[in-house]
Amino acid sequence: MHELPVIEEILAVVLTHAHRHGVSRVVTINLEVGSFSDLEDAWLQRYFDHCSRGSVAENARLELIRVPATGTCRRCNHVFTLAAPGTDKTGCPLCGAVDIVLDGRRGYHIASLEAL
Amino acid sequence: MKPGIKLIEVKEDLFADNRRAAETLRARLRASRTFLLNLMASPGAGKTSLIMQTVAALAGELRLGVIEADIDSMIDAETVAAGGIPALQLRTGGFCHVDAVMVGKALAELPLKDLDLVILENVGNLVCPAEFDTGASRSAMILSVPEGDDKPLKYPLMFSVCNALVVNKTDWLELSDFSVERLTERVRRLNPGMELFPLSCRTGEGIEAWTDWLRREVAAFLN
Repeated sequence: MHELPVIEEILAVVLTHAHRHGVSRVVTINLEVGSFSDLEDAWLQRYFDHCSRGSVAENARLELIRVPATGTCRRCNHVFTLAAPGTDKTGCPLCGAVDIVLDGRRGYHIASLEAL
Repeated sequence: MKPGIKLIEVKEDLFADNRRAAETLRARLRASRTFLLNLMASPGAGKTSLIMQTVAALAGELRLGVIEADIDSMIDAETVAAGGIPALQLRTGGFCHVDAVMVGKALAELPLKDLDLVILENVGNLVCPAEFDTGASRSAMILSVPEGDDKPLKYPLMFSVCNALVVNKTDWLELSDFSVERLTERVRRLNPGMELFPLSCRTGEGIEAWTDWLRREVAAFLN
């Protein structure tokens, strides 16, 4: 529901780096998104298309890479990739404990740009 | 990758600005010795009711203030201010959440050095507010019984970022198939450290355990 502020921030970061490298056109933006984020992929692109009009990032494609959350079991210290949210299966796959520490579930990280 | 296209490493996190603003705000709150509680929930879960109950229980011992964030109304701040507590309405103007910058502006309007505890009522929404650090010392959420015990499965982020979960409207339990046990198990899977407080703002049952927790957290912050 807050795709717009996210997009405004993505665009600001992208334009800063595009200008720093003197590129003429940004083709692809590789964006890593935590698996617990509720943002809609289609809306992100739509807002981006709108906000980027007239800039070097116009027509760039957002490549969304969903980064799975990881869990660390507090009982056996096993580190594992978490099943998608929305299920009851979030226990440790090794020992079955449900006492786990989650990491990497939220946030957005602009990994790189592909540009001309 | 097509020829001619070059790869530019960016490696930048979004909301880094907001996280910095949140840290600045936390430092400001430490300096004025004011505990900020970020309270989140769906519309209708009982945020304002819980604030009114909390204010009634703690007003004698702590100096309280309230920030009411709402997309476009003044009604909650008017309700709280009628109880004699400094209350500020933060109209987000369509925004679905509040961030640290907005909270910082709102706090500037309150007499912080004369306040021990400020409760921020976030926008009614289980999705967006979970993504933005408000600069609060602690975050709490409310889930009300009519919403169902499956909500941790649908909004895992919200349940994983809070320190305390108030289960409101327990007077409705007998009318529904909501299971506090099932909810607790689901919450623990996401957030083993979450404190749970089943209560009813309407009957007052269970309020004390919640206000005791808040009192302890404020005392620990002030010491």
